[in-house]
Amino acid sequence: MPTKIEKDSLTGTETTGHEWDGIKELNNPLPKWWLYTFYACVLFSVVWSVLYPSVPGIRSYFAGITGSHQRKDVEEKLSAAAASQAQYRDKLANLDFAAIRNDPELTRFALSGGRVLFAENCAPCHQSGGVGAKGYPNLADDDWLWGGSIEAIHQTLRNGIRWPGNDDTRLSQMPRFLADGMLTAPQVNAVADYVLSLSGLGPANLPTVAEGAKIFAEQCVACHGEQGKGNRELGAPNLTDKIWLYGSDKASVVQTIAQSRNGVMPAWSGRLDPATIKMLALYVHALGGGE
Amino acid sequence: MADVNQIPSKSGLKPEAESHAEAAHSDAVLGMFAPSLYADHVKVYPRAVSGYFRNIKWGVLILCLALYYIGPWIRWDRGPNAPDQALLLDMEGRRGYFFWIEIWPQEIYYITGLLILGAVALFLATALFGRIWCGYTCPQTVWTDLFMLVERWIEGDRNARMKLDKQPLSLAKAWRKIAKHTVWLLIAAATGGAWIMYFQDAPTVTREMLTGQAGMGTYFFFGLFTGTTYLLAGWAREQVCTYMCPWPRFQAAMQDEHTLAVTYQGWRGETRGSHKAGQSWEGRGDCVDCRACVNVCPTGIDIRDGQQLECIGCGLCIDACDDIMAKVDRPLRLIDFVSMENLERRPKKQPQIVKLIRSRTVIYSVMLVVVAAVMAAALLLRSDVELNVLHDRAPLFVTLSDGSLRNGYTVKVLNKRRETVQYRLSLDGQPMAGLFLGGERDAGLQKELVLDVEPDSVGEFRLFVRMPREAIKGASMDVELVLRDAATGRKATSYDTKFNGPN
Repeated sequence: MPTKIEKDSLTGTETTGHEWDGIKELNNPLPKWWLYTFYACVLFSVVWSVLYPSVPGIRSYFAGITGSHQRKDVEEKLSAAAASQAQYRDKLANLDFAAIRNDPELTRFALSGGRVLFAENCAPCHQSGGVGAKGYPNLADDDWLWGGSIEAIHQTLRNGIRWPGNDDTRLSQMPRFLADGMLTAPQVNAVADYVLSLSGLGPANLPTVAEGAKIFAEQCVACHGEQGKGNRELGAPNLTDKIWLYGSDKASVVQTIAQSRNGVMPAWSGRLDPATIKMLALYVHALGGGE
Repeated sequence: MADVNQIPSKSGLKPEAESHAEAAHSDAVLGMFAPSLYADHVKVYPRAVSGYFRNIKWGVLILCLALYYIGPWIRWDRGPNAPDQALLLDMEGRRGYFFWIEIWPQEIYYITGLLILGAVALFLATALFGRIWCGYTCPQTVWTDLFMLVERWIEGDRNARMKLDKQPLSLAKAWRKIAKHTVWLLIAAATGGAWIMYFQDAPTVTREMLTGQAGMGTYFFFGLFTGTTYLLAGWAREQVCTYMCPWPRFQAAMQDEHTLAVTYQGWRGETRGSHKAGQSWEGRGDCVDCRACVNVCPTGIDIRDGQQLECIGCGLCIDACDDIMAKVDRPLRLIDFVSMENLERRPKKQPQIVKLIRSRTVIYSVMLVVVAAVMAAALLLRSDVELNVLHDRAPLFVTLSDGSLRNGYTVKVLNKRRETVQYRLSLDGQPMAGLFLGGERDAGLQKELVLDVEPDSVGEFRLFVRMPREAIKGASMDVELVLRDAATGRKATSYDTKFNGPN
């Protein structure tokens, strides 16, 4: 409670009458318009609260009389964005890859969209950037099991690999040489030594290598070829290069021969629309290994 | 009345004193308990004045307004496909144009540099001459002055305006008020309109605005600047300087005893008092207490109270006082632009000193020169091409079937020329490296790639670099990508980046 208003001797300004422990407060009055500006702001907030979502309730909230809703705005913007993409998607769905790649704008759209789609659908197995992991091929390198042309990638994407329920799926089956009794354990060991020598990963002068070569010529060349260079028609990997999907140490190679691997990739046709699959094919092709 | 009757009885006054107490009601009794924390606006009615400082103020006003209004209409030919406006900040096209200089968003530091230059120049001017920014060049001062000029033309000078405001509403008063606000609004609209023109092509945006075809944003900013001009120059005036502007509060930090300030020379003026013709000047001061200095002041203060926050240092009171001094035949400049040091020397008849070289003015000058030199150097050395390279984060490297390694990069080439330019990109110092662009692996590995970049735009490329295992030293190797102008073969720019491999 103000007690005594007096004139401050130093400044000539009146005090407000407030005093605490001998300290007095000077009264430098605020201009009235400042106060009115404050009232105008209060009024503004009242109008705002009536127009837009404002007062929270227990289960709901006051939504405002304009019906404005930020989530609805986002949905509208998303559908507007989708509508603006429709022309590109239509073109992607209808054109062949040569025509798409002749259209720089369409290619840019496909690649930037493909990046997002890849992260959503493919990255869980093939990793970000398509770098792959053990059992999941690296899509950025230059080694392809089923072909690295854009059409081949598209075909793999649509129909998958060893995917049950898809008639056109990529299909091949390497026998389980040891498990099914086709080879004995020493024979498997010999073949592994031979296979490793093909890419220079193992010594070529072991006695088992010659034996392995003989078995290889009998059992493996049908798919992997006489020189072990593989066959893309059958998804048979090239055994002479430096890229090993399941590992290049001897234990892994023995395991592969003995038990076989037969990895599976889903068919995306039916799960994603044709334009999306084409965007993914273009993106994967552009990762650096496309042929 | 009931409460009034209550108060005297509380304070022990007798009933006879009641009428007296009622008169003092608001001043003393209630005032003691409820001081007003809000001040009513006291309208300032500055009188017209002429003289030396007023002439300078008019000159600066005309110059500033002319620069502002004419600026966007100056044309500057930059060839086809480029705006021909000399001063343009094209937000949509993301380019800034300043006569022969064109800047990209990446070069916004030029504008930062300009702002720093402006700030330091302001500090220097303040250290030397006091508040000349406030008094002469501040937009608030310039437009307020212009609005006051209009007000004087329509409503008359100080006395006529005060009389008019006291009159009840009449036809004569109404048309004057309407005319004044109409002219104010027209000036404000021209001001808001000119503001827009610094951001869009002036003739185009003028036509669009007048035909109602301009965008919502354009009308919004036009309205915003029209409204603020009208409010601040017509209504708020000195309130802006006193209550809103931070500059008066800290500009004192740039001043010292050698800084010029508009000052009433109390040693000459006091003791003040009215003076009749023929009276002696012995034993009294030169100030005849005519209040001319108060009447002309645009912020409505009394300069004789000494230096104060509200004084904008325009010197109009000097002109007003000089008029009077000439009439009463006393020396001019009773109010003067004078430093505190010299003010102290004058009564002692010591020589006046002008000390321009002081530590603060030297520091400000050095800062000014350094910033200006850095900006000039940056401008002269400015390249019309920039290269930005981003190494892929996933994967860091790819092992290929023959054991060699490949790294991927995103390359951006900023071509600031107005023509398509062909560049050549190579990895210098790595003879075993092979390069190819994303999607062009079939073309085989190259030593040098050809990049065509469209005029005035950014070309983005996927770059792959392949190196045999034996060329790779360590997990991360420094490499330099070099961009050459294909036409001249000269090195345009380069970028230091990494080539990654396994440990």
